[in-house]
Amino acid sequence: MSTFNHADSSVSDTEETQSGEGSGGVVFLFFLIGLAASLIVGWVVFPKLLYSQKHQPVDFNHVLHNELVSEGCESCHFFREDGTFSGAPKLAQCIECHEDVQGESEEERKFVEEYVKKEIEVPWLIYARQPDCVFFSHAAHVKTGKMDCVTCHGEMGESTTLRVYESNRITGYSRDIWGHNIAGFKRNTWDRMKMDDCAECHQQKKEMLGSVQTQKEGCFVCHK
Amino acid sequence: MKIDRRCFLSLGVGAGAGIALSPLPWKITDDLSIWTQNWSWTPVPATGEFTTVNTICTLCPGGCGISVKKVDNRAIKIEGMTDHPVNGGGICSLGLSGLQLLYGPTRIKTPLKRTGERGSGQWTALSWDQAIAEVAEKLNAIRTSGSPQSVACISGATSPTVSRLIDRFMAAYGSPNSLSVPTFIDSYRAALQLMHGVAANPGFDLEHAGYILSFGSGLLDGWGSPVRTFKANSGWKKSKVKLVQIEPRLSRTAAKADVWITINPGTESDLAMGIAHVIIKESLFKADFVQNYASNFNEQFRKLILDNFSPETVSKTTGVDSASIIMIAREFAKAKNPLAVCGRGQGNIPGGMNEFLAVHALNALVGAINREGGIWAVADMPVSDWPAVQQDSTATTGSRRPRLDNAGTQAFPVAMSLLNQFSSALISGKPYPVQALLMVESNPVFTLADSESTRNALNKIPFIVSFSSFMDDSAALSDLILPNHVYLERMEDVASAAGFNRPLIGLCQPVVTPGLDTRHVGDAVILLAQALGGAIADAFPWDSFENCLEETLGDQLETLKEKSFVVDEGFQPDSWATAFHTPSQKFEFIPTALASKKPFAPINPEGDASAFPVILLPYDTMRISSGFIGNPPFLTKTIEDTVLKGTHSLIEINPKTAQTFGLKEGNMAMLQTPKGQAPVQVHIDDGIMPGVIALPRGLGHVAYDSYLAGKGVNINRLIGSVPDPVSGLDAAWGIRAKLSKA
Ligand code: SF4
Repeated sequence: MSTFNHADSSVSDTEETQSGEGSGGVVFLFFLIGLAASLIVGWVVFPKLLYSQKHQPVDFNHVLHNELVSEGCESCHFFREDGTFSGAPKLAQCIECHEDVQGESEEERKFVEEYVKKEIEVPWLIYARQPDCVFFSHAAHVKTGKMDCVTCHGEMGESTTLRVYESNRITGYSRDIWGHNIAGFKRNTWDRMKMDDCAECHQQKKEMLGSVQTQKEGCFVCHK
Repeated sequence: MKIDRRCFLSLGVGAGAGIALSPLPWKITDDLSIWTQNWSWTPVPATGEFTTVNTICTLCPGGCGISVKKVDNRAIKIEGMTDHPVNGGGICSLGLSGLQLLYGPTRIKTPLKRTGERGSGQWTALSWDQAIAEVAEKLNAIRTSGSPQSVACISGATSPTVSRLIDRFMAAYGSPNSLSVPTFIDSYRAALQLMHGVAANPGFDLEHAGYILSFGSGLLDGWGSPVRTFKANSGWKKSKVKLVQIEPRLSRTAAKADVWITINPGTESDLAMGIAHVIIKESLFKADFVQNYASNFNEQFRKLILDNFSPETVSKTTGVDSASIIMIAREFAKAKNPLAVCGRGQGNIPGGMNEFLAVHALNALVGAINREGGIWAVADMPVSDWPAVQQDSTATTGSRRPRLDNAGTQAFPVAMSLLNQFSSALISGKPYPVQALLMVESNPVFTLADSESTRNALNKIPFIVSFSSFMDDSAALSDLILPNHVYLERMEDVASAAGFNRPLIGLCQPVVTPGLDTRHVGDAVILLAQALGGAIADAFPWDSFENCLEETLGDQLETLKEKSFVVDEGFQPDSWATAFHTPSQKFEFIPTALASKKPFAPINPEGDASAFPVILLPYDTMRISSGFIGNPPFLTKTIEDTVLKGTHSLIEINPKTAQTFGLKEGNMAMLQTPKGQAPVQVHIDDGIMPGVIALPRGLGHVAYDSYLAGKGVNINRLIGSVPDPVSGLDAAWGIRAKLSKA
């Protein structure tokens, strides 16, 4: 049955070509249209659709603050006594200076009025938060591994404003994890924070480090 | 130019190629895999700074100290408190799952009033003011009609101050019917009362015992303070302390014991007497104790034992061969720091006094009383004074009426409360019917023997108020629910851990601020008293429970808030010379009060042997919580499928017994007892004696949530209560039964 159909269609193909309408070119044109359209969808439209853009509740100037504190990043992003990492500062820390409005900035006024006075924590959007299925310890990397913040977080401390946070509509996680290049290309160590990026460094440091993570490759070493 | 089918196909191919050359498929695959590994609806502990709150777990009488980790106001993990004297950092699986009780769906969120038929699950929410007003109105009407005695309260409260507050409420209101939920500790207390003449709790110096003779106690199945006992067992294993388990079935304790002795169920006191016989006959007893600190040993006890309990005689009733009896007796008497314990399984049923008196007599024979490694009488701690209740005339008349449970009567002078007999009075309606019932931290419909009759009797009570935090089987039958905070939200004192051998009090502290519209039952009682007014309100000079607690605990409260427990580390029990306050001022092997009774006579199971050829035993396991607290889902997950399969309870049965009933593994069978019947699935197991079958306690809830309701059989439906002739407490250790193929 199928053999017969096949033969049949090939017969009709030959007929069309013979009719001399140059349809080979048309067919190729359609191929190119399809190709181009889907390349545009895949490379341009899709990333736009995949991520929603969110603005931080309050803008923040790292440079300005960095000048005023004595211990660099750790002044605000510090390790707690039990070794856990504090991450984004809580209101309690900000209040130490910002009980009242200090300067001229509109953003600071908003911060003091909307959050400090009302005692509401600022719902900061965390660019670098890993999915919940990942264990990550800052202490192991910063204290034991002596890594600096920039290796993973880039030049965050040199920003004068907080960039737009892009949230993945499927997973809900930040775009920073996959990286800004939709194809996953990266130039700097901090451009992407996927498992391969962890592995890359852990492979390189294999000799140097004696931690469990660098020696074993079981899933549950890093995943829960 | 002709556009035909091939053009579209080509377009499709081009699109496909383009998509393949773009990151889209790989990115979507990656995102989907991340999404499926991190379902947004799966609860994830909050991130942020941990704080730790130390408090006491009150999910069982174990009294473990716990450290609860939290982030902001969200509790995220419960761990054992490392420096707590009872559990030293350990925790059991129930304690570990406690957060599911705090955050689970079965919590009652606000005061509720029944709107449909009883038990139909139709409720409407009330405000606390409305709820208190409704209860006060009903209670007022009953009082005005002149029968305050017809209001009863069943309380399993873990806080001594809450218990006192409830007793005080009942006294001021005018009812003698304030009942508590008893355990094996109550039987031990009765034994200490009768043999030592003291009001004291039993304390077991497990950590220093040198030989353990356990008469069916589930030392590794949740007896006493479970985590402490587990730890003690590890110590025994290390220092090669022998554990002898006497039990008709291979419980976890029996499996881990050095020696497991199977015994005809219910004959444990006979075996203890048989062991005593060998010890006396071979003069292996502690002569100093027996001669100087015990009364009437030679004339009474020695004679009783030598005349009636030779190993040969005892071996006939118990099924334990006389050589084993002799061997154990010698080992026990010669060991350094021997200790005999009883209280079956977890000790949830108080048990027969014959066993407690016989086993305690064994300890006395070898001098294991108030000595290192033995059993200690830990006297009750003095409580701070509260002003006396000034009863009005209605209250005076009401509280003089007889208690419905016969506690403290001539028949049962040692008992303070006899919940098992209360349920018989409920069923019979005599000497007077109950018009209103208050239930605090108790689930009588589920936990009392003969639970179907209890349910019917409860259904006859016109007004039932539950203070439960959960929609448990009894709360589901009530008319009004005034939900209590759960333990992790409460501030209250906690009595010592069951069987702990030093004076200890704990403080349950709020780990999180209550998230639902619940109130501490102590506050609810105070509000109720105030709403009732008059002399009742006057009896409660506190404006809140916390205020009452502050006054009651005084300076101790501050220390308690810091560490959450206060223990008398250097406590030493009274020496033999000063320990006994019986009529003879000595230890009484046969208590004076029982001279005319037969204190060591075995308790027979209910039922006729010809109609019901086998004996059904309930058993306890660490994986099922069988009291007021129902299993949290995590714990239910751990139940083996030889215990619960789907919704079927499995009955443990010896291959020989199964053969006589024509049953095979996995068959469905109908289990019948004089109290009722239930379908069960057969599980054949060599670990149980022929002629005995067993079901776990704690399954077969009809309420709670879908994680618990409808799973298995509630064994209490199949067992009646047998009042102990001495204590009056429930002594039923099993019941006669039969199986037929279903
Ligand atoms: S043994 Fe009892 S008190 Fe201790 S953690 Fe378990 S449930 Fe809580």
